[in-house]
Amino acid sequence: MITDINVTAVVMFLIFISATLAITYWASKRTQTASQYYAAGGKITGFQNGLAIAGDYMSAASFLGISALVFASGFDGLIYSIGFLVGWPIILFLIAERLRNLGKYTFADVVSYRLQQRPVRLLAACGSLAVILLYLIAQMVGAGKLVQVLFGLPYEVAVVLVGILMVIYVSVGGMLATTWVQIIKAFLLLFGATLLAFLVLYNLDFSINTMFSEAVNIHEKGLAIMAPGTLVSDPISAISLGLALMFGTAGLPHILMRFFTVPDAKQARRSVFFATGFIGYFYILTFVIGFGAIVFISKNPEFMNEAGALLGGNNMSAVHLSKALGGDILLGFISAVAFATILAVVSGLTLAGAAAFSHDLYANCIKKGKADERTEVMVSRLATVGLGVAAILLGILFEQQNIAFMVGLAFAIAASANFPVLFFSMFWEKTSTRGVIVGGWIGLITAITLVILGPIVWVDIFGNEEAIFPYKYPALFSMSTGMICIYIVSLLDNSENAKSERAAFSDQFVRSMTGVGANLSK
Amino acid sequence: MSKQHYDHIRNNVKFDDLISQRTKLSWTLAVMILIVYYSFILVIAFSPALFGIPVSDGGIITWGIVIGLGVILFTFIITGVYVHRANTIFDKLLLDVVDASQAHVDSLDEHGNLQGDK
Repeated sequence: MITDINVTAVVMFLIFISATLAITYWASKRTQTASQYYAAGGKITGFQNGLAIAGDYMSAASFLGISALVFASGFDGLIYSIGFLVGWPIILFLIAERLRNLGKYTFADVVSYRLQQRPVRLLAACGSLAVILLYLIAQMVGAGKLVQVLFGLPYEVAVVLVGILMVIYVSVGGMLATTWVQIIKAFLLLFGATLLAFLVLYNLDFSINTMFSEAVNIHEKGLAIMAPGTLVSDPISAISLGLALMFGTAGLPHILMRFFTVPDAKQARRSVFFATGFIGYFYILTFVIGFGAIVFISKNPEFMNEAGALLGGNNMSAVHLSKALGGDILLGFISAVAFATILAVVSGLTLAGAAAFSHDLYANCIKKGKADERTEVMVSRLATVGLGVAAILLGILFEQQNIAFMVGLAFAIAASANFPVLFFSMFWEKTSTRGVIVGGWIGLITAITLVILGPIVWVDIFGNEEAIFPYKYPALFSMSTGMICIYIVSLLDNSENAKSERAAFSDQFVRSMTGVGANLSK
Repeated sequence: MSKQHYDHIRNNVKFDDLISQRTKLSWTLAVMILIVYYSFILVIAFSPALFGIPVSDGGIITWGIVIGLGVILFTFIITGVYVHRANTIFDKLLLDVVDASQAHVDSLDEHGNLQGDK
């Protein structure tokens, strides 16, 4: 364990916190209306939003987790990176513009555009909150463990600290503060990862060949790290994981919400272009960092415990690498960046969760769309505090639990409930409220059930002999079940409601394609 | 107000043209990325050894790594192609359609009749 307090880390971290709190104060002056609170007034540029999306997406889990995966098994890390990346073109080609042109603050706005408000928003809000809570728990536990190792703080203190800071950013500064925290963090993370990858190559005379051959010589798996390994063992799992990663991205509420912060469809498109560039570049860096870690730290006794395993687990490989290549100063910098990353990601998640509460559940389900704007924003700020408390408690509760399945489950739900209802409501005229409700809930429940009955929870956590559902990744089954249900139930729906909903499709289509009538671009 | 716009735009042949061009491009590119990605995944699932073959005899870099990085690059390029087409050609067409509809709506009086008809 790194028990000595690293001065650089603490100083860097205090600078980050002071700067972001100053931004939050500045943003609070510009955050009064609902549009400012949820969507930063729609004034974020495509480039800024691209960085912020990249920030939302490049969590500590991707930075530390994927470099750890490369460190442990080489090529397999690349499979995950690519899966996480290829969702972006799909979002761009099929979703981004329509989403921007139809919605205001949450993706439920879009799904319920011509459907019945209350049941549809209830479904979308539950889908959002399920994804967000799972994601939040995973980030909180990760944050607690990381801070414990990096700064020597007790786990509970770290979780409480993260919770308090994120509540301040989100409730005081709204989307404007959350976006800028995200932009700063994305910049720091890209800079830190670039520096680390550069130092790896610099120490190997900029020869990629040397990097790979040294890694193969050192690694216990030898040449196997240059080819696919055991991560994806059978075709069903491979396709299922691919679907979850690709379409799950298109159903993450905190990512979808980002498209409402730009003024029009053009900027929404530009956001995705920049985001894809930054994220792709970042994944290439993590690949180099993972291989660098194999070369420079896997045989270095300074970073090993008695059993020969990496101190703090494989997730610490990027952090140890920074110490090996750049001493305490770089270690401090990378540690601070990792913590900043967690803070920024939980803030984005919390804002999306608070919006699901206040905009979808409170203003549209309970108040039936007649809520006073000031009260709605107030409810959102309170929901932020509530989510913060929940995140802290769940973070502490889950400290000793295996949380590896949580992000996977979040993606499975996003792909099986959120993405199908969004896709069908925008693309298929015959989609009716009944179809969306039945298919959406079935997709959601199927995803959760299959994960519980699958090997990760049923065997690894509950300790049963054999899994009832044999695959780790349920998306292939749960997503197609959800979609087929939406299709069949909508097709069979001949109610008066369904007829008027179909009649409204043409106007929705014109608006989704042109943006005419959207709140900001007239 | 929006309703009059929608009616006009729906009946504008340029709008049909825009939609067919855009639909064609976005689905073509979407299918391309799906094919590229699932080919990659299916090789990993069915014959992972293929990706373990070195690019050059006796070299260390494998086809898996080259193709993997290629997929990342392809993803970026394909988004660039779409954004470029959409921000230049499609947006110009769209502006025509929206302007024409604005001109049409402006020419209506408060009863929705063409001004000058009286």
